[in-house]
Amino acid sequence: MQKHVATIAIFAGIILLVLCAQFHILDQYYISVLMFMGVNVILASSLNLVNGYMGEFSCGHGGFMCVGAYVSSICTVLMFSKNHILGAPLLPPQFAFIGFPLALVAGSAASSVAGLVVAIPSFKTRGDYLAIITLAANYIVISAINNMEIIGGPRGFMGMSATERAMQSMLDIPWVLIFVLLGTVFTVWLLRRFVSSTLGKGVPAICQDEIAAEIMSVDTNRMKLIAFMLSSGLAGLAGGLYAQVLGYVNPQSFDIMRSTEVMVMVYLGGMGSLSGAAIAAILYTVLMEALRFLDVWKWVVIPLLLILLMQFRPEGIMGNKELSDLFPKLRKYYSFK
Amino acid sequence: MSLLEIKGLTRRFGGLIAVNDFNIELGERELVALIGPNGAGKTTVFNLISGFYQPSEGSIRLKGKDTKGLRPHQVTGLGVARTFQGIRLWSEMHVLDNIRIAQHYRLGYSLVDCFLRTKNYMLREKAIDDIAWELLEAMGLKDCAYELPRNLPYGVQRRVEIARAMSVKPSLLLLDEPAAGLNSADVEGLIKLVRWIHDTFPVTIWMIEHQMKVVMSLCSRIKVVDFGTTIADGNPEEIQKNHAVIKAYLGDDTI
Repeated sequence: MQKHVATIAIFAGIILLVLCAQFHILDQYYISVLMFMGVNVILASSLNLVNGYMGEFSCGHGGFMCVGAYVSSICTVLMFSKNHILGAPLLPPQFAFIGFPLALVAGSAASSVAGLVVAIPSFKTRGDYLAIITLAANYIVISAINNMEIIGGPRGFMGMSATERAMQSMLDIPWVLIFVLLGTVFTVWLLRRFVSSTLGKGVPAICQDEIAAEIMSVDTNRMKLIAFMLSSGLAGLAGGLYAQVLGYVNPQSFDIMRSTEVMVMVYLGGMGSLSGAAIAAILYTVLMEALRFLDVWKWVVIPLLLILLMQFRPEGIMGNKELSDLFPKLRKYYSFK
Repeated sequence: MSLLEIKGLTRRFGGLIAVNDFNIELGERELVALIGPNGAGKTTVFNLISGFYQPSEGSIRLKGKDTKGLRPHQVTGLGVARTFQGIRLWSEMHVLDNIRIAQHYRLGYSLVDCFLRTKNYMLREKAIDDIAWELLEAMGLKDCAYELPRNLPYGVQRRVEIARAMSVKPSLLLLDEPAAGLNSADVEGLIKLVRWIHDTFPVTIWMIEHQMKVVMSLCSRIKVVDFGTTIADGNPEEIQKNHAVIKAYLGDDTI
């Protein structure tokens, strides 16, 4: 029983938050901050797989998020909303809460395929050179979408809120919040399962000594393919959720600024620590909101904090440790296979 | 059929011929040394066998199978394990993980198994763990299973590296200067360890070594190379008397 405390606590927390949203105990502002937090946790922990565990320097995470955001948005708009180009909704609103997760899956699958743009060059290229390739991948995505008039080009793409309305017409609960929270838990669960398996430990083996890994039977190409595709696929999931939270996407919101933001979260939390990435993502979101009163000066203070962090604690908040390494007593409260 | 058959193996790096027309045939459960002055091309031979380099000419056959075009992890899958001249452990992961990861080629489960923790996954991971613990126990490394390699003394790191190689269950074990950097007590331990491995497992051990004490007390056959070419091949007594070998190591007596 004690072993399940953590699992029960997580789901109790989700239910509590949903109830708070349902009965307006928390106002809409806090709920949206909460949702951005979830999206950021997904982004940071998925990027951590590449930048932390594998030791590559991917700075194009925003690009993959963008692919996921657009593909799942287009899917939901096709299915549930009236659009002047894509036409009338294909499905009646009753199907919305099956259609929406399917759209998220489609978005993740598409961005995971887009991850190949980086994964295949990574077989031969590494370090700074690969970093440039990831940067190029980000630009390719943004420029391509900027030039696609059919999905709005630089003006952006909207109409996703119809899906939420469709879901709420069936049952009036905060659907988007539920999906964001479930997506966040799913991401951490999936990554945790991957990195704790012998298969997944091939990824840090590449980071620590690639030649030894290759010679001691790790299929490094396969591991790189898995790591990049998993990472970009989950970024796509974050993108799909983000688009639904905002109800509107434009290519500029996924440019290099976004990628940098995610990188800051990863380095803040500590490379190769899942709990670190999650904590950092939450902290970063809170910090962004707390410093809102500084207005534009926020962008002076936050980079300054980053410099201080790198000076005094370069390994990040958690280093490469997990929460359970620092507080072994926590292990009693969860059973993780 | 011999375990390893190398014929006419040549490797050029631009104008440099690192390995020139190298031939060897190894049977099962042999203990062989490859010696020669620094830069003679010994490690290149090992790198060619493990698939890290591709030969310019010649062939390498493992149990009758040509390894041409195979990637290193595929060669490992055929039963070749090795250690490195400078220790190359995964230094941020504990010893047990190091030994688990080297069994990657026989994982036997897919990514989906890994996500869903299927029965197959559980069985395979259990098998990997059992092999790892068995080896750690047998090689006296059980106490440092959860230590990071970089916190261990150099001699113990060597043992861990050999244990990692053995977890592949190789039929050919390549040791690249296993005694380098060890103190005399550790060297004694290493000699015992290699002899024990040779007696316990069905494995052919081929080592590159500079310390003659190790070579002479372990190996029944010695191959000497210089400038990429074989200059002698025989048992320890023959090698000690061989003029070409003495010349390669000590220089010509005419000045």
